[in-house]
Amino acid sequence: MMDRRRFLKLAASAPIAGLAPALAAANLAFGAAPAGADYRRLLILIELKGGNDGLNTLVPFADPAYYALRPKLAIARDSVIQLSDAVGLHPALEALLPLWRARELAVLQGVGYPEPNLSHFRSIEIWDTASGSHQYLQDGWLTRTFALAPTPADFAADGVIVGSPDLGPLSGGGTRAIALANTEQFLRQARFATGEGQTRNKALQHILKVEADIVQAAARLKSDYAFKASFPQGAFGNAIRTACQVVANRPGVAVVRVTQTGYDTHSGQAPTQARLLGELAAGVVALKNALGEVKRWDDTLVLTYAEFGRRPKENLSNGTDHGTASAHFVLGGRVAGGLYGEQPSLERLSGDGNTGYSIDFRSVYATALDRWWNVPSTGPLGGRFTPLPLLKT
Amino acid sequence: MRALSSFATIAVVLSLAAPRADAAIAGALDYDGARLLLNRTGFGATQAEIEHYVGMSREQAAKALLATSRTAAVTSPPPAMIATGPLQYPRRGAGASDEEIKMFRQQQVREGLDLRGWWVGEMLSTPSPLTERMTLFWHNHFVSSQQKVKLTELMYRQNVTLRAQALGNFGAMLHAVARDPAMIIYLDSAQNRKGAPNENFARELMELFTLGEGNYGESDVKEAARAFTGWSLDRERGEFVFRRALHDYGPKTVLGRTGNFDGDDVIDILLAQPSTAEFVSRKLWREFVSPDPDAAEVKRIAARFRDSGYDIKTALYALLTSDAFYARENRGTLVKSPVDLVVGTLHQFGMHPGDTIPFAVAAAGMGQVLFAPPNVRGWPGQETWINSSRLLARKQFLDRLMRAEGGATGMLQSVPGNTMTASDRTPWPAPDETDQARRARSMRAVDSGIRSVQFDSVAWFAQWKAPADAQKRNDDAVRLLFAVAPQTPPQASEPLAMLRELVLDAAYELK
Repeated sequence: MMDRRRFLKLAASAPIAGLAPALAAANLAFGAAPAGADYRRLLILIELKGGNDGLNTLVPFADPAYYALRPKLAIARDSVIQLSDAVGLHPALEALLPLWRARELAVLQGVGYPEPNLSHFRSIEIWDTASGSHQYLQDGWLTRTFALAPTPADFAADGVIVGSPDLGPLSGGGTRAIALANTEQFLRQARFATGEGQTRNKALQHILKVEADIVQAAARLKSDYAFKASFPQGAFGNAIRTACQVVANRPGVAVVRVTQTGYDTHSGQAPTQARLLGELAAGVVALKNALGEVKRWDDTLVLTYAEFGRRPKENLSNGTDHGTASAHFVLGGRVAGGLYGEQPSLERLSGDGNTGYSIDFRSVYATALDRWWNVPSTGPLGGRFTPLPLLKT
Repeated sequence: MRALSSFATIAVVLSLAAPRADAAIAGALDYDGARLLLNRTGFGATQAEIEHYVGMSREQAAKALLATSRTAAVTSPPPAMIATGPLQYPRRGAGASDEEIKMFRQQQVREGLDLRGWWVGEMLSTPSPLTERMTLFWHNHFVSSQQKVKLTELMYRQNVTLRAQALGNFGAMLHAVARDPAMIIYLDSAQNRKGAPNENFARELMELFTLGEGNYGESDVKEAARAFTGWSLDRERGEFVFRRALHDYGPKTVLGRTGNFDGDDVIDILLAQPSTAEFVSRKLWREFVSPDPDAAEVKRIAARFRDSGYDIKTALYALLTSDAFYARENRGTLVKSPVDLVVGTLHQFGMHPGDTIPFAVAAAGMGQVLFAPPNVRGWPGQETWINSSRLLARKQFLDRLMRAEGGATGMLQSVPGNTMTASDRTPWPAPDETDQARRARSMRAVDSGIRSVQFDSVAWFAQWKAPADAQKRNDDAVRLLFAVAPQTPPQASEPLAMLRELVLDAAYELK
């Protein structure tokens, strides 16, 4: 199997006119190699930036330890949207209930990793690169994926990053990753890129490739699909609208990453988190409606993620400090709804007062790779992580 | 295939027809050699600076450059950085209120911004750009970040410490860094106690500061951590303190040597290892020569470095007089960092901003927040500086800079409310700020800086004192600004428009 980077190296040995055609050739020649990678299936990642408080998102309302740890912040039992005898959703997530009932929403409990790091920057790097706690990797997990199993050459891009300048799981060399705040602005700025020229210089080849990626994306992305579905006001609603604009283009992209900011709730958590979760739920519902309209909800898999959850014991500022494992959502037309994993014990906390985890986040990634895209996950993830049975068979 | 003739002219000017060993350069520096030396060791050399070095031998040039080195900044830091008295900071554990902590955080953000602006200003006005480049190099080697350290004053003091030895002695710098308060916070040394060692500093000391991966074992890290127990911080004064009660006085074995070592002993053991000199020399190679270090050359330079007792000038002299440094195939192989691009462009075009903070913000928008590298490994640099959003941020900055003639840019001033507020200059988002709002904010900040620049492209071209026909202008500018030929010859002949096309060329991103 020849990956894209190796191909580029080969291509570099002979001057080539414009890199986009070369990439196209690469994909035509070798893209089919990891047989059956199915990138018509879309992955949407929603980053809950700052570290959402999982314990008040999926509330263990039957656990007395929860109420003991959170005298002020605990969600009262009778306002929890019960999903089981033990856990239920924060009331601000009520808009997700129809998706739960339709069994298109899976809730993962205790998603984390061994030896968790409590720094925002380091921990999100661990999630984005799918590394071990003490392992420093430069490429994002999706960058490694697309290097081993390229997307079709006629895609606008491998992935689009909405509303955040850092490429997260698409960082590092080699991917066709486009970061944009909204499609209109990107199409305006894209005039700066030409991607023309030829060179043996590796650094210059990289720059020309990025320019060519911008040109290709700009040629294939439009900003004017007239959705009947409405989108919520506000930054996250706008980001969801942009994501839908990107997806409405065909041939599109394999992945879209949307970021919702503001979850670092060290003080005054309750109103902030309620607002954010309300916006999240409304945004996800708009996403489902809009993608249903363009007949893509059934081939869309939505995953939420964040650098960490928050500490079970509330702090003295009516907030919570950096924690470890957290609850996350998986949504889509083919998702087998329900609860997965176990709620981490609140009786046995670590020295710094944090919980253990029950699902390694890399198992969630493995599910997306092995079961959704049909791309073997051991290569990109650098090891074997067992996929979760999250998808309808 | 347009404008072939002028493209050919460029190729001739730059002698880029094919990579080859260049015998002519061995004797005296020609224009391209002098430009290479100054752009790699400083920030965007000017025509006059380059001409000063043309004709010198490599050895003369390296000596002249190293003779400029400084141990202190020429500009005064923000006043808050040199205030006397104990450090003031509220701590939740000590009963500080939320409001106090919030105000403190905002103050640190403001001061951090002043500090970034100050450093950019120092880079622009220093008579020794090499000193600032090396200080930046060590900042990216002995990484600490204000994101964790919080106290701006400690970040400033670390910067002073790094500059004092930037071209001095690596061993002395390493000993100083191990006692540096910002480093003690950043790598958790203050938590490293007898019986409960924290290995963070010891691990990075071996992996990132000296030996490099693969040249030590886990037990070396554990034993070295014990030697550094008790190396702590007086939080009142923000100064290093050795806490005897927390130090482990037992025997340790590090890299095969056993004794009742303390931290200084461990550092000396690490300095005695050949791999330390090689590790640092390899990094210097990537900074100054090319992304692909030549193993034999690195060994040669490292040997001189170590034999000199880690004299940094000795290592640089060996590097800057080497054939590899001047080799054609290594020219234009390094990607400009955001600081290179921003500071270098301002300097090269003789632009003097009224306020340097917006330019620190501009570099931050391209992925380089000074005093806040992304993690302990620092900025990985080179091709990671370029992705779609970073490249468009770079090009948009350059485009706007080359529209800002005379400071009166109708386009920018017509934007309503387009004035910068204090919060516009914050490099990282406020807690509830959306990325879009942050982007808009930082755009306003950068615009305000660009408006403060007075650039006269006609006057700039007049430095060549030649008849101003378009072809001559193009050739002069290309020769000064490009390490490798532009990908597309400019279409415009009007001076500012021509420069705008040139700086937007992909090859301008390289040095």
